[in-house]
Amino acid sequence: MSIPSPEVAKTQLEEHLREIIHWHFSPETGSPFWLEWARKAGWDPRSEVKCVDDLKKFPHFQDEWLRDLQPEVWAPKAFHGRPFNIFETGGTTGMPKQRIGWEDYKTDYSEFSEKLSDEHFPRNHYWLMMGPTGPRRLRLAIEHLANVRGSACYFIDLDPRWVKRLISNKQFDQAKAYMEHVVDQAATILKHRKVSGLFTTPKLLEALAERVDIWDAGIRGVFCGGTTMLPQYVRFIVEEVLENRIGFYPTYGNTLMGLAASVPLTPGDQYSISYYAPQPRAILRVVDPKDTEKTVEYDTWGRVELTTLTKEFFMPRFLERDEALRRKPRAQYAWDGVAEVRPFGAMEKNIVEGVY
Amino acid sequence: MSTIPHLPALRRGKPYESLDKTDILNHRTGEVVARVSQVNAGVIKKDMRSIDEARALLKKFTVAQLIEISAKAGELFLNGTLPLGDKGHQQTADDYVRTLSGTSGLPHVMVKRNMQKIHYALTHVATILNGLTRGLPMDVIDRGYGEQSGAAVSYYATTQALGLVMPSNSPAVNSLWLPAIALKTPVVIKPGKEEPWTPYRLIQAFIAAGAPPEAFGFYPTDHEGSGEVLRICGRALLFGDANTVAQYRDNPKYSVHGPGFSKILIGEDCIDKWEDYIDLIASSISENGGRSCVNASAVVVPRHGAAIADALAKKLGPVAPLSPENEGARLSGFANPKMADFIDAAIEDGLKTAGAEDVTAKYRGGSRKVVFEGGVYLRPTIVRCDSFEHPLANKEYLCPYASVVEVPQSEMLSKIGPSLVVTAITKDSSFTEQLLGSALIERLNLGPISTMKISWDQPHEGNMFEFLYRRRSIERA
Repeated sequence: MSIPSPEVAKTQLEEHLREIIHWHFSPETGSPFWLEWARKAGWDPRSEVKCVDDLKKFPHFQDEWLRDLQPEVWAPKAFHGRPFNIFETGGTTGMPKQRIGWEDYKTDYSEFSEKLSDEHFPRNHYWLMMGPTGPRRLRLAIEHLANVRGSACYFIDLDPRWVKRLISNKQFDQAKAYMEHVVDQAATILKHRKVSGLFTTPKLLEALAERVDIWDAGIRGVFCGGTTMLPQYVRFIVEEVLENRIGFYPTYGNTLMGLAASVPLTPGDQYSISYYAPQPRAILRVVDPKDTEKTVEYDTWGRVELTTLTKEFFMPRFLERDEALRRKPRAQYAWDGVAEVRPFGAMEKNIVEGVY
Repeated sequence: MSTIPHLPALRRGKPYESLDKTDILNHRTGEVVARVSQVNAGVIKKDMRSIDEARALLKKFTVAQLIEISAKAGELFLNGTLPLGDKGHQQTADDYVRTLSGTSGLPHVMVKRNMQKIHYALTHVATILNGLTRGLPMDVIDRGYGEQSGAAVSYYATTQALGLVMPSNSPAVNSLWLPAIALKTPVVIKPGKEEPWTPYRLIQAFIAAGAPPEAFGFYPTDHEGSGEVLRICGRALLFGDANTVAQYRDNPKYSVHGPGFSKILIGEDCIDKWEDYIDLIASSISENGGRSCVNASAVVVPRHGAAIADALAKKLGPVAPLSPENEGARLSGFANPKMADFIDAAIEDGLKTAGAEDVTAKYRGGSRKVVFEGGVYLRPTIVRCDSFEHPLANKEYLCPYASVVEVPQSEMLSKIGPSLVVTAITKDSSFTEQLLGSALIERLNLGPISTMKISWDQPHEGNMFEFLYRRRSIERA
């Protein structure tokens, strides 16, 4: 895969941005939501948004819109007549956020496949996903990823909404019992089936490794995501859970963005993982929480802001409930990255992450 | 060599430098005096999978040899120069006193007193074990069976390791786990956040004295990690407030050490001579900065309550902070000033309920909470309560604090509640009989004896031998 220079990447991004803005705000192709929004806002993004900096003309995307509105308002006219997938995120209490989609997840995960080594994820073999399936985009995405590599995937569900509720209610014994139930099922699959690739969350990976020698069980690559992974914890996973011999691919992502892959760790990283958005389809910025128009300096903490730019979904300047260190562009990626992602305000308060 | 010492985790004796470190600060100046590696719970779980090997190494020694090693460790702990961390630093005994005082707030004189207690415990392990086992020949532990008083006996270990979730408030509590090594039980220690010094120095002393390093786990960790230490080890000691210990108290796997609610009771027969006991009562309340669970926190008398409270207040009220190096220092600073705020507010809140008076206020000449040379201190507080039902009557705080309450002798035992130590000043045989029959008292001192006096061969809070070993019936053909 050729790596563009920062200038070329910026040009590509801005061309893509103009195309997407034109798509979502043109009556022939756009979605009811954005066409109505532009009418009420009284300005036409097609003529006013020409570069990434112009995105600041949009207010922050409100996640209530994804909770309160019917899904069809997000469907671009150009997709009319094509049934869509409804993917969910959140929803521990009340209505979850919903995003509709058609092919985006396939695009994201086909691209991600190119970042996996055949040594760690052998082609034409079997995968196991132990994690949140249900209404999440991840469920179909992982299966697609396995399929793209000629593989099939076993699934074991974990309902994070239930786990978070148990933990919030201080029902720790039940949370533990549920986790054991999930891990039991994975151990059973590994005992009776040949599996080489594993997708899971770090906590479930740790719990599985306590039960099963995952190298002996055939696992050669682990693709992980879904929760905070601070450097010492990453080191523990790499050195002591995966014993420096199973490939580790941490990712950062969600239903609204897709997935940001991490760059392979080098000794200089001290196990601090940097993630890079699948630009131009998504842009991650690390912004000053008190002045979100400004990005923070490199290697300092700020709040993560996501902009999604695909023909299926446009979401400008959504403030994630995460904070991260802003990282410089580095090999493979000609744009900024985010590192050591953790829940926003993690230093000030305890946040329930559970096993997720 | 880095100028700031780094205390690594010790994973079965081997230093482990984590990427996640916390700073320990001097409580008065805010200066960073050490960095401490923090490990995640998974590290502890992983190490525990091979804890049997650590126990096997201890089992190669006889109890007698381990008693000798403990004694050597005691001398090294008290006087030796020992490694401090993994960056080439060494720690003399004076360094230890200075550093621990700087981070815990204990004045030097109290640190030294705590060192003496630990030294005594380490150099008297044989005596302690004799008391704990009621004279069991120690070769029974070596062989697993033998004879005691002509009867066949056999003991087996209840655990492969002893877990310890330690507090930061008083170094002498470390003496509780010391017999475990002679009893061939590896220790898995989660040190107190502000007090890694004592367990680290003790471990280094044991290793220098010849104990296998693998027998020692030292895991500075978070709440989840503490939970794992308690969960994984077959037996564990934990310290905490009443709420913390309540959830573990009824589980035989745990030995819990919470507030002591220790008390002094004066009987009808002795109460008219109360002035003779004021010094003893005052020292029971205030020794060790009032931080121990064996410090008296309530004085229960049939009459003269107001006069006794006033006499104690007159004696303790003027006690003010002094520099930590001052031999006369009697108050401890707070490593966590928020704790001082909390205690001060809790006492003030309690005083809002009618029927209590802070008798010390008039002798203190100022507020209870004071800042002195950059440190935060709470000055002694004696509260006269008009009944044992008052919210301040049976409270224990991390400072010299006690209530004085009048209760008829006939009602005392029904009012006092669970009490770690009770000093009962009485010669009344009927009252003595009632005291001896009370299930609420862990240690009973009959007569004018300080509540602070402990007997190493008579455990006042759990028997470590019975905790770590169980007797089985045995027959050999």
